[in-house]
Amino acid sequence: MILMKRLQKIVFVSLTAWVVIVSLLPFLWMVMTSLKSEADITAIPPTVLPSLSLHFYSSAIADYNIFHYLKNSLIVASATTFITLMLSVFSGYALSRTRLGHKNIILGSLLLVSMFPQISIAGPVWRILYNAGWLNTYQGLIVPYVTLTLPLGIWIMTSFFRELPEELERAALVDGCSNIQTLFRIMIPLSAPGVFTAAILVFIYAWNEFFFALLIMTQRRFQTLPVGIAMFQGQYTIPWGEISAASVIATVPLVLLVFIFQRRIISGLSAGAIKG
Amino acid sequence: MNLSLRTRERLFAILLLAPTMVFVVLFAFYPIASSFYLSLHRIIIGLPGLGSRFVGLDNYRTLIHDQIAQKALINTLLFVFVTTFFEILFGLLIALLINQRFRGRGIIRASILVPWAIPTVVSSQMWRFIFNDKYGLINLILFGSDISRYKAWLAEPGYAFLAIIIADVWKTSSFAALLILAGLQIIPEELYLAAKVDGAGPWKRFTSITLPLVRPALLIALLFRTMDAFRVFDLVFVMTQGGPADSTNVLQFYGYKKIFAEGLMGYGSTISVLVFSLTFVISLLYIRMVGKRLTRGS
Repeated sequence: MILMKRLQKIVFVSLTAWVVIVSLLPFLWMVMTSLKSEADITAIPPTVLPSLSLHFYSSAIADYNIFHYLKNSLIVASATTFITLMLSVFSGYALSRTRLGHKNIILGSLLLVSMFPQISIAGPVWRILYNAGWLNTYQGLIVPYVTLTLPLGIWIMTSFFRELPEELERAALVDGCSNIQTLFRIMIPLSAPGVFTAAILVFIYAWNEFFFALLIMTQRRFQTLPVGIAMFQGQYTIPWGEISAASVIATVPLVLLVFIFQRRIISGLSAGAIKG
Repeated sequence: MNLSLRTRERLFAILLLAPTMVFVVLFAFYPIASSFYLSLHRIIIGLPGLGSRFVGLDNYRTLIHDQIAQKALINTLLFVFVTTFFEILFGLLIALLINQRFRGRGIIRASILVPWAIPTVVSSQMWRFIFNDKYGLINLILFGSDISRYKAWLAEPGYAFLAIIIADVWKTSSFAALLILAGLQIIPEELYLAAKVDGAGPWKRFTSITLPLVRPALLIALLFRTMDAFRVFDLVFVMTQGGPADSTNVLQFYGYKKIFAEGLMGYGSTISVLVFSLTFVISLLYIRMVGKRLTRGS
């Protein structure tokens, strides 16, 4: 019996270790690549341990202007997060705490919006933005991002509001609060944890999105990090070192978010999908 | 303003939903309808003088005989099927592991989330480098310093397709795991205790308690993963550009190329319509299967 328990534990620990190694190893390889020198990186067979050179970082910053892409990504992702969350709080409240009909149909069609492959709307979205003169502008990318992240935000906020006790509105009503006052004075302050969770997920989505960024931002001036990293080209060779350095710069904020807010991210993702 | 309380509440709710609806109608519903309209026309970006000529179903006739489109369709379906299968399988395994109580569980969960959080473009570049013919990690692991055996993985059709599948399964298994984990966590502990008392072994407990109760969560994970796999684009764009010989070409990438690289807005829109119809039918089927659960408690 004890032997059995031991064996179980060994299997469990080694499986877990394996999963963690497989999850992290490719990214660690990239971090190591980014810290190599020019000579390390072109060695065949590859050298494993980096010589801890920061050469590729300075090159990614100076020659490839990585901070410029970083700035664009920050602007687009922050604006998207802000607008999406504002609208998600309003919609989530309407879809959870009011006596509106057809709420499930609205939630269901929102879910559909978030699931279709982007190509099914890409042409017309491009045309709308073209006609509006919004290609290669921040708002040109923010508007589709808001549309695509709204379903996620609304699902999270709806399921968050549903779990607040019903007495809140009744008490507010007794105190003579109007609908608007109830929303702004009571519900919105209480919704902070849900907003925060949704904000992390929306931000990550907007930070990582590539397809629309590629279509809409054709000029380097407005390109976001994913586009910049996908388009990295050296004069004769593929600049693996600079690509790795830029990738690490693009990913570190997200890895930090994940390690700090792991619990929230997990609850947010499952709220959007399971609890509904 | 002598409206009843209930009417006022409804009006307020509609007002709150209005801005969201503007976004969704203008940038999701209208574009879907517009893709249908465009697919019946001949429109070329860059040649606005040509205007948009109505051509009926001509574009669809071309599509049926387009061999690259057929290949992209088959590749897409194969990709969706294989990646979803492995992601659900690994997702379930990972979920079972991280559902256990142990010290350092937070750190383990966070490390498993790392692939999910990495931008797809970054993970695509990462795997492109890992599969590189000269400097890649895969060659180093498989062949060590015997460089004569090093392979150009992404230059061979079968391996290139496999490479994209590996990169996708690596990146999204953890997401599937999270959805399944949420399903595992609502299974009451008492069921397992009772089964133990009745003398059920671990395998028996897994097949007669865990699996049936986690089924709805599995279906939801399956739905999300299937729909997401249809969107595969970043991996193909960065790792292979659809090559070699269209072996990794997929619908989303092919549609992108037709519309935006070749400027064939009309013909490219037939691919948009095809992708939309395909995913619409599949999602309806899924939603019918899990619908009751998705709208539970409302």
